[in-house]
Amino acid sequence: MALPPTPSQTIGPFFHFALLGEDRSELVAQDHPSAIRIGGTVYDGAGEVVPDAMLEIWQADADGRYVHPGGDGEGLVPKAGFSGFGRCGTNDEGRYEFLTIKPGPVPGPDGQRTLQAPHIWVSVFARGLLKRAVTRVYFPDEEKANAADPIFASIEDPDLCSTLVARPADEGGVLRFDIHLQGVRQTAFFDV
Amino acid sequence: MAQQPSSESAGHQHAGESAVHPPYLCPDYKATRLRAPEKPLVLLPESLSQVTGPAYGHGRVGPLDHDLTRQHGGEPLGERIVVTGRVLDGDGRPVRGSLIEIWQANAAGRYVHQGDRHPAPLDPNFTGAGRCLTDDDGRYRFVTLKPGAYPWGNHYNAWRPAHIHFSLFGPAFRSRLITQMYFPGDPLFDQDPIFQSVRDREARERLISRFDLETTEPEWALGYRFDIVLEGRGATPMER
Repeated sequence: MALPPTPSQTIGPFFHFALLGEDRSELVAQDHPSAIRIGGTVYDGAGEVVPDAMLEIWQADADGRYVHPGGDGEGLVPKAGFSGFGRCGTNDEGRYEFLTIKPGPVPGPDGQRTLQAPHIWVSVFARGLLKRAVTRVYFPDEEKANAADPIFASIEDPDLCSTLVARPADEGGVLRFDIHLQGVRQTAFFDV
Repeated sequence: MAQQPSSESAGHQHAGESAVHPPYLCPDYKATRLRAPEKPLVLLPESLSQVTGPAYGHGRVGPLDHDLTRQHGGEPLGERIVVTGRVLDGDGRPVRGSLIEIWQANAAGRYVHQGDRHPAPLDPNFTGAGRCLTDDDGRYRFVTLKPGAYPWGNHYNAWRPAHIHFSLFGPAFRSRLITQMYFPGDPLFDQDPIFQSVRDREARERLISRFDLETTEPEWALGYRFDIVLEGRGATPMER
């Protein structure tokens, strides 16, 4: 018996006091030896910054394992201290930033035969988005793995594909991943 | 309330998805005009977003977090209500131990948010945020106040119908959902482009809670039922 799902509605403008009460933008301690920073700016179709978005990330750990409730299968074993989940609002300049670790490669859609390149899922929620926009951050130092990634490789438009790769860390040490919701520079979004 | 097969549920998930969820672009809801993604979405093999998902909030839910009327020194003003229901997956199985976060305006239609300029009073005894975990039956229960309608700048004399925002995770990345629960018989439905953004009438009606005398507590609070069905089906680790 298949039940039709409950439809999505926008997060609206007034969610901060409920959803961002605790800071979940740091997935590891600041002194974690493998900590990396990923940040960027969210833009609308007019190139204006989006100061009222909420981003959530979901990723595997450094060994390519997702921490999953009740996980008892391959790749589902929780590892203490790393949840793989983060949440961050954009500020008045449309900026967000996460402190995390680089995930390892995870199995592809056909199981163990192919590996997906290291990547981080990103969900964008905002006023004006009636449902979330989902994208993936790939890493600039993984050119070979990215090219072999079955999802990455399935995107035919090279410009759209390139929106998924973070820019190398700037002088502040932050991998830059800007998100364009609309327009010629629009980020690639996924139908999950 | 979600038992009726709707016209679009032909079993094909992508076709069904586009008919159930609103499109990104709904010009009547002005904020979508510059924020709606326009390029075709990249399709994913189903397995990639069905298997795992974040477990957020476990161990963080306090004993009074589900009761929005008891978070301050005094009682908030307004019509006390109980909102309860079950969270199910697409196969009708309960979604267990999953975090639900809600937020809402107070009885006067005002949010505790610096961006809310509606000249209605704040209530020092009401914040309007709550959370809880679903039980083994997928059931949840909140005690709160019926939120007020409020005006917004979308168009001349635009008012949002009374609603409570719901955020759910469910068992997989794919099942993540943020939505809004409405109240039966609201006269503001017809002019609200956010509610109307769901094109399918039956799907839209699944956003409306129903008054429930069984949930209603004598001499104390009206009861509303709101069942939620999340995307995703097939064996998940939650079910083992």
